Amino acid sequence: MNTSENNTGLSEANLRRIEQLKAHYQNPQSVLLEALWMWQGEHGWISEEGMRYVANLVGAPHHHVLGVVTFYTMFNRKPVGRHKLEVCTNVSCMLRNSERLLNHLEARLQIKTGETTPDNRFTLVEAECLGSCGTAPAMQVGDRYYENLDTAKVDKILDELK
Amino acid sequence: MEPLLLPPIPDYHRIEVYEAHDGYAMLKKALAMKPVEITNEVKASKLRGRGGACFPTGLKWSFMPRESAKPKYLCVNGDESEPGTFKDRQIFECNPHQLIEGTIIACYAMGIKAAYLYVRGEYKHWIDIVQKAVDDAYAHGYIGQNILGSGFSTEFTVHRGAGAYICGEESSLMNSVEGERGYPRVKPPFPAQNGLWGCPTTINNVETIANIPVILRIGAVAYSKIGAERHPGPILVGVSGHVNKPGVYEMPTGVPLLEIINTYAGGVPGNKKIKAVIPGGSSTMVLRGDALDGVCMDAESLKAAGSAVGTAGVIVMDEDTDLVKVLWRIARFYHHESCGQCTPCREGTGWMEKILKRFVDNNGSYADIDLLRDVANNIEGNTICALGDAAAWPVQSVIRTFRGEFERRVRG
Ligand SMILES: Cc1cc2nc3c(=O)[nH]c(=O)nc-3n(C[C@H](O)[C@H](O)[C@H](O)COP(=O)(O)O)c2cc1C
Repeated sequence: MNTSENNTGLSEANLRRIEQLKAHYQNPQSVLLEALWMWQGEHGWISEEGMRYVANLVGAPHHHVLGVVTFYTMFNRKPVGRHKLEVCTNVSCMLRNSERLLNHLEARLQIKTGETTPDNRFTLVEAECLGSCGTAPAMQVGDRYYENLDTAKVDKILDELK
Repeated sequence: MEPLLLPPIPDYHRIEVYEAHDGYAMLKKALAMKPVEITNEVKASKLRGRGGACFPTGLKWSFMPRESAKPKYLCVNGDESEPGTFKDRQIFECNPHQLIEGTIIACYAMGIKAAYLYVRGEYKHWIDIVQKAVDDAYAHGYIGQNILGSGFSTEFTVHRGAGAYICGEESSLMNSVEGERGYPRVKPPFPAQNGLWGCPTTINNVETIANIPVILRIGAVAYSKIGAERHPGPILVGVSGHVNKPGVYEMPTGVPLLEIINTYAGGVPGNKKIKAVIPGGSSTMVLRGDALDGVCMDAESLKAAGSAVGTAGVIVMDEDTDLVKVLWRIARFYHHESCGQCTPCREGTGWMEKILKRFVDNNGSYADIDLLRDVANNIEGNTICALGDAAAWPVQSVIRTFRGEFERRVRG
């Protein structure tokens, strides 16, 4: 993930993809979520600057983009660590001890849920049901799911996420 | 029953393998039929939607205007965010082409030129699998212009969400596809008249659509004889919580819940007793473990038992489960996911979470039990969409059937 702040805008490849996608919809505003995903993919989070850029790209007013960004929980409205650990604590994971997992992560990373480690490596958050109920407990890190977790597995995963 | 939705064929998600097993043969068959014949077949099959409401699919399709000056649309609902639900994910992973084939057949039946598959943002891995399948299906001429030389054309777009349970509600989903906040719309007008961009639109669940090629293959009559008479067909049941073998199991409708738990899912660890079961995802009424005899996984049976099929996400809780805490966690979910449009839901879900937290902390009072029930009763039926009802039902049912759990907490 590229988190450099002086890199403004989206890559050429993403811009081309956005233009292609617009043709799939009656109204170009439909590509808004995808454009925000691209911004977050390139920049790590969605800044004020990102919202203005995307607003321009899809032809929507800035306040509309702000409303959308704040509605959907997967958009980061402030910088997060290199790895965002999203631990599901909804019922099916709760019944299979996700609470112990979360406590273990807090103790090991020495942060509270919602915080980022001082070295900026990990952000820890609680997630709503990830759809991993059959492989609970589970957590999501970026685009990847880790399932059937226990504390030993979590330790190993943390060691691998540099 | 031979698996019809998740056949255990290695690499079935790959187009060559799917084709080698008669894949897309039903699309060919459909394109040689009259569109109305297909809708009639779906009606005769008695297929009911697998997205939660068990609505008859053929009937829904017949609401679409035959002639329309405006374009018509199909939205396939893969938002799958109902706690306890993880079945559509299995279709994305193991059988994406059957979903695509069903989608194109549905488009042909309703005269639709563009379909959108809406998938929750968290499922990026599965979106990539489906997108690859869509690209391959385009390359093989099953989607796009003049499909298989029939003169019929339709497009297929995968649309990624970004974290919002409410976007699974059909009108929120359409707003989300339009690049809006996912707010539910007031009905009427219904989507078949006024849906995506104000045009006639049908919304169906992923599993519902994956059933369409099956109906054409085995015939509506044979299909209607699978499982429960008034709610037939194969169904994907997800079992989670306190069972030895959690997972998604394909079975005919109408299988007893106890058989699902004890045979399919291997029973409860340590042979503990079952305290409670949520039969169809977190929005359905909670059933007592000692009242499961004769209750089956179909719409009529679960309705008679005071609950619903919902998404067929069965959550099993053993005798040691802290049910009040589970209910608090569910309430917290609905509070978090309430879109905020309707006051009863926005405020009421917060109240329910707060009151339940008092019980979790052993600070609840007898009056709180009644207050909790009142708040739930005042949400139910008073909101634009069914999220409010979904938040109220588990609370109402647990107060009704497990009042002792609350009273014990009052005593401390
Ligand atoms: C809050 C809420 C969330 C919903 N989430 C989903 C979902 O994730 N997937 C789904 O197919 N239906 C969901 N539904 C039901 C849809 O509104 C709609 O009924 C369904 O997609 C229709 O498909 P079907 O007729 O094939 O069942 C939800 C409904 C509500 C009220």
